[in-house]
Amino acid sequence: MARATDVTKAQGDLYLERLTKSFGDFVAVDDLSLTVPQGSFFALLGPSGCGKTTTLRMVAGLEDPTAGRIKIGEADITELKPFRRPVNTVFQNYALFPHMDIYENVAFGLRRRGIKDVKTQVMEALELIELAQVAKRKPAQLSGGQQQRVALARAIVNRPAVLLLDEPLGALDLKLRRQMQLELKRIQTEVGLTFIHVTHDQEEAMTMADTVAVMNKGVIEQLGAPTDLYESPKTAFVANFLGQSNLFPAAVLEVDGEDIVLEDSDGRYRMPMNRVAPSVSPTRGGRVLVGVRPEKIHIERLAESDATPADGNYVDGTVRSSSFMGVSTQYEVATAGGEIISVFAQNLSARDLLSEGDPVRLTWAPRHGFVLNGSEDMNAGVEAVTAAAG
Amino acid sequence: MSVDTSTGQAAPERLSAGRRVRRWLGANALRVYMGIAFVYLLLPVAYTFLFSFNDAGRTNLTWQGFTFDNWLNPCGAPQVCQSVVNSLTLGLLVTLVATILGTLIAFALVRYRFRGRSTTNLLIFLPMATPEVVLGSSLLALFLNIFVPLGFWTVMIAHVMFCISFVVVTVKARLASLDPRLEQAAMDLYASEAQAFRRITLPLVAPGIAAAALLAFSLSFDDFIITNFNSGQFTTFPKFVYVSATRGIPPQANVIASAMFFIALALVVIGQVIGVRRRKG
Repeated sequence: MARATDVTKAQGDLYLERLTKSFGDFVAVDDLSLTVPQGSFFALLGPSGCGKTTTLRMVAGLEDPTAGRIKIGEADITELKPFRRPVNTVFQNYALFPHMDIYENVAFGLRRRGIKDVKTQVMEALELIELAQVAKRKPAQLSGGQQQRVALARAIVNRPAVLLLDEPLGALDLKLRRQMQLELKRIQTEVGLTFIHVTHDQEEAMTMADTVAVMNKGVIEQLGAPTDLYESPKTAFVANFLGQSNLFPAAVLEVDGEDIVLEDSDGRYRMPMNRVAPSVSPTRGGRVLVGVRPEKIHIERLAESDATPADGNYVDGTVRSSSFMGVSTQYEVATAGGEIISVFAQNLSARDLLSEGDPVRLTWAPRHGFVLNGSEDMNAGVEAVTAAAG
Repeated sequence: MSVDTSTGQAAPERLSAGRRVRRWLGANALRVYMGIAFVYLLLPVAYTFLFSFNDAGRTNLTWQGFTFDNWLNPCGAPQVCQSVVNSLTLGLLVTLVATILGTLIAFALVRYRFRGRSTTNLLIFLPMATPEVVLGSSLLALFLNIFVPLGFWTVMIAHVMFCISFVVVTVKARLASLDPRLEQAAMDLYASEAQAFRRITLPLVAPGIAAAALLAFSLSFDDFIITNFNSGQFTTFPKFVYVSATRGIPPQANVIASAMFFIALALVVIGQVIGVRRRKG
């Protein structure tokens, strides 16, 4: 496709430098610095009120930062009016112009930049979203999913340096959302634009984005590839907000070569040093949180495994509850030390199902656990997930 | 009172007359009520229309015989057409001024947060709530005290004053339902503030402004009380009818009133048809 002449020709990575936005006493975005590489699919993930939408609106120019700079490549766009930025937004409620047909909606941006022959580009954009056949309809005559795609085409047709998506799938039902996630990813790969996607849905962020930044209370808690964030969370908030985690307090016993050895009332745990979050000081007696994902834990009847596992970490306990969920069964196991640990066991055979009161042993590989700073709130992010889901 | 279910078959002919009437009313009460309401609403109009064909001599109070003369010569009575032209001129000018001023006020009230905003909101309602007699006499006192000669301009000032309130309320309702994110989306798509207003806001608010303008025109055209206080020698159509009532209203007044009714009816029908077409297209 032919590149349109941009209002500003800025190209390149997007830089947010020490960006702050306060509304009165409330600091929505707090000294945030971020680099989004050109052409990447970047997700800003966080619960409502974490500052992600405010960040997006500052990039779009709809909100003025209290402090800090925004740059695209070499160009500083902090002071530019929204209509002078090479940035387009897909709004949460789509914000399609109700009095214009789909064709005119998509052509709007091109026409405002004084491009005479818009037909080729508009039709190309409509074909990209596979909606060329509804060009003459009004937005109200389209379904939610179709309107969403039109909103996307209306932004993409301008070939912005950065495309912002503000919870674009929030209004769609679950099935359509899954479908649109794949669609969005396909379109992004096809057009190669930088996408910044704001969402509270961790699954959505992990499915689509190359890089995810988890935001909480105006700051970025952790940034990285979805698998890194999931496998090696650095804070309790990230561990709980992205998927589920078992977190329980323990104390540092010693550092033994490449490994750290921890202890709580249920026993000792050994993990490689590279599984320890940077905020943890591995001094003897230091308080930490041991984390392990429910699906990484192996559960078996205690009678069958009397011997202590050679390299694995283990905890003994009794099954407190079990819920059958089709592909897996979720167990809540109470340990002698008073912890409740949840386990997802794959349903390989219905005969293996454990029932309430069964004594069990939980084991997991050392490299599957992670160690967080003990001063953190174990439940950080749990309420946020519940709130975001509701 | 219910039909005996034990017999299983309550034949309609066995129902008592009272019960049949009740059943018929149950099914048709709404229609009957509607019919009565329409008769009540339209009877005066029908009467006016009918008497526009009266071959009236000096007075149009009793039926003297059928004639087309009044319709063929609507300006036959002295001053009747001059008063209509006066009313139309006044109405158009009032509509223009009140619609522009009222729309601007509505935008300010909906879009901006400023000191005295809620007070303004309240004050805008006052002319609508105040009895016209009070408004009219107060304005008269004001004009006399500042030595403004009564005539076309005093009437216009008075009409604009009370029309603005209605325009503000009508346009405000439309504006409040307009999603401000549409303007943001337009600006995000390279439209300057002025372009976003002209391409997005204005077309979307236009139906509200048009409705406000129609309302302003009909209020101005219709007004008698305030006009009568402040018009001096200047005569509008309502004032003409009132004044001539003392010596007999000429049938030409009925002709003009009927014509007004049919023009308004035609405008409404056309508006509806366009609306339906647009929704389909």
